[in-house]
Amino acid sequence: MAALSDMPLLFLRQAPAARLPPPPARAGVFGWLRANLFSSPANIALTLLCALLIVWAVPPLLRFLLIDAVWSGADRDACLASPANPDPGACWAFIRVWFSYFVYGFYPIGQRWRVDLFFLSLAFGIGWLLWLSAPRRDIGAAYFFIVLPILSLILLHGFPLIGLVSVPTTLWGGILVTIVVATIGMVFSLPLGILLALGRRSQIPVVKVFSVTFIEFVRGVPLITVLFMASVMLPLFVPERFAPDKLVRALIGVALFASAYMAEVVRGGLAAIPRGQYEAANALGLTYWRKMALVILPQALRVTLPNIVNTFIGLFKDTTLVFVVGIFDFLRTIEAARGDPKWASPITSMTGYAFAALVYLMCCYAMSRYARRVEARLARRSAHKEL
Amino acid sequence: MADTVRPSPRRARRSGSIALQAALIAVAGGLCYGAIHNAAQNLAHANIATGFGFWNNTAGFDISQTLIDYSASTSTFGRAFWVGLLNTLVVAGIGIVLATVLGFVIGIARLSRNWLVARLAGGYVELIRNVPLLLQLLFWYNAVLKSLPELHGSIALPGGGLLNNRGLFLPRPEFAPGFGTVLIALLVGVITTIVLRVWARRRQERTGTPVRILWPALGAIFGLPLVVFVLEGFPLSFSLPDMGRFNVRGGLEILPEFAALLIALAVYTAAFIAEVMRAGVLAVPTGQTEAALALGLRSPTTLRLVVVPQAMRVIVPPLTSQYLNLIKNSSLAVAIGYPDLVQVFAGSVLNITGQAVEVVAITMAVYLTISLLTSLLMNIYGRTIAIVER
Repeated sequence: MAALSDMPLLFLRQAPAARLPPPPARAGVFGWLRANLFSSPANIALTLLCALLIVWAVPPLLRFLLIDAVWSGADRDACLASPANPDPGACWAFIRVWFSYFVYGFYPIGQRWRVDLFFLSLAFGIGWLLWLSAPRRDIGAAYFFIVLPILSLILLHGFPLIGLVSVPTTLWGGILVTIVVATIGMVFSLPLGILLALGRRSQIPVVKVFSVTFIEFVRGVPLITVLFMASVMLPLFVPERFAPDKLVRALIGVALFASAYMAEVVRGGLAAIPRGQYEAANALGLTYWRKMALVILPQALRVTLPNIVNTFIGLFKDTTLVFVVGIFDFLRTIEAARGDPKWASPITSMTGYAFAALVYLMCCYAMSRYARRVEARLARRSAHKEL
Repeated sequence: MADTVRPSPRRARRSGSIALQAALIAVAGGLCYGAIHNAAQNLAHANIATGFGFWNNTAGFDISQTLIDYSASTSTFGRAFWVGLLNTLVVAGIGIVLATVLGFVIGIARLSRNWLVARLAGGYVELIRNVPLLLQLLFWYNAVLKSLPELHGSIALPGGGLLNNRGLFLPRPEFAPGFGTVLIALLVGVITTIVLRVWARRRQERTGTPVRILWPALGAIFGLPLVVFVLEGFPLSFSLPDMGRFNVRGGLEILPEFAALLIALAVYTAAFIAEVMRAGVLAVPTGQTEAALALGLRSPTTLRLVVVPQAMRVIVPPLTSQYLNLIKNSSLAVAIGYPDLVQVFAGSVLNITGQAVEVVAITMAVYLTISLLTSLLMNIYGRTIAIVER
């Protein structure tokens, strides 16, 4: 007890203490491994199980897709088991031979530059719209939603007056049709969806009832039935001589279907805008349409851009369903090609599906990465309150 | 100048809106009238009957999977409708169960602290979500199930099943008369468990000491029916599938179309359910877990009493919309020829009768009814679990 009074009453450290090294079990590669893979017996078991799964699945997959794959050949014999290659892998020769069919369908070979030009102008428009800090994005939007559809129609369908031979849509196929369906769906569904979303929030009873009915009806039924409706009922509803082309019917079905989903996405964006913005626009004396066009929609669409891209991913995947009403989209061309007696074999089917899956996977994954980046950017901005 | 009375802006807007509404109704009415007029003319021209009279006519086509009695020569189109609807409901019902189980497992794996497990689950979700369902369906059907061995090379499964490119053949359970008693015993067991649980909870609320009812409950649910099963003299046998010369006889046949559709729907929807589930758990603030642990609750109890009930509030609405998507996606059956509602009704019946308007309208009405009923139930559920705030 007495010793207590002998101790100095004040202790002040004059220099920082020497830094201790981190405990070896927590730092570096081993520490990371320990924390993330081997932290408990259960975790060790799980890790081993997953490792086994990877060892079981990945090498055979690589062997099939790359190592033992057949890269060139003229028909199915090249891809069947032979003494030289007793256990053949994917038949990429099949894809090489049919590749131009997968891209253009039966589009006349001499005219395919028109399709290429369409792809280029589309890529340009998409780039302009998606690059968030591109100059004059308003012109970009006008280009994408007004100029591009007209230009594509002239390019793809033809305009004999200026020397472009007309190509009937029955000859279109493959990735061309997939992209046309997806783009038309996008170009029409966004404006329609905005109108429907505004209609759903409208004070005018008839407009509101109409919008709600349309949205709930379309969202309540499968796309296949909408496509059936468009392809078998639509021709009944117009005078016989105006019966639209098969592809146009499917396009109408897809556009109407997508617009109902887009409407709900836009509605979410509208709901996220604080009421003060509406009130401020009213106080400035803006009319309804000016208020929406100048104040509300630019903010709402920006907030909901990731959801719009996600809806578009869904639309892009759903374009495969036009298959059911007999339109030769990308997936249907794969189905047609793998049935060709010159190539038909289980390995060709597998290769065809793997190729299609890779194409869809790349497109959709790229879009979802983009959506996530925009989302992160929006979150950062709102965190700094400078949106 | 001053004596010209101008209508107030509010009144001007109102009369404008009435004019707008009248114009909208007029345009919509005109379009409908035009469409109906054209349809009547076109149908008369093509010599196609109208109305729902075809419902009671003989169908005359075969269906490969029928859960209720159906024969091509005597059954009506109406009967074919019910067969198709039942097939849709069966594949959707089993699909929902499988997708939920798989989805929850993957969702939990994505949240795992084990890096490899989380990454694998993430890879699954990215891969499956970014490939169209129709492509996956065709893959399972054409590339996997149709390239199974033929009849004589059938793969024998443990337990007496057979697997070949004509389908999966499982032992079919045959119930003897005494099996009803076993079912009654099971019912009694379940009711006993519920009563026990209510009693245990009341007692815990009154005295504060928890009552463990796990073993009595297990005994009531599994033990009691088992005892009755033995006492009744094992009233259950299995008829094994038998490989005949041209086809498999006996047993429970599962069509490859059914299996492909079920696998594709379950695998695809599971990826979305996993995301829903992950979002739900992440939506519960960490403070809730910390507060529960600070109160002295153990980790499983925290999960059961604090995290899960709050996560369910976030999970249930998107989960239901995934279920609805699965039901709607089951219509892809038409691509591989599984006789669901769309394939039977909007396919065969439409082709035979040619009555596009009626057939498509009935098909759409079915899906619409299912969707609207589900959203109604969802709204009621949402109201019961909404947090009551001060």
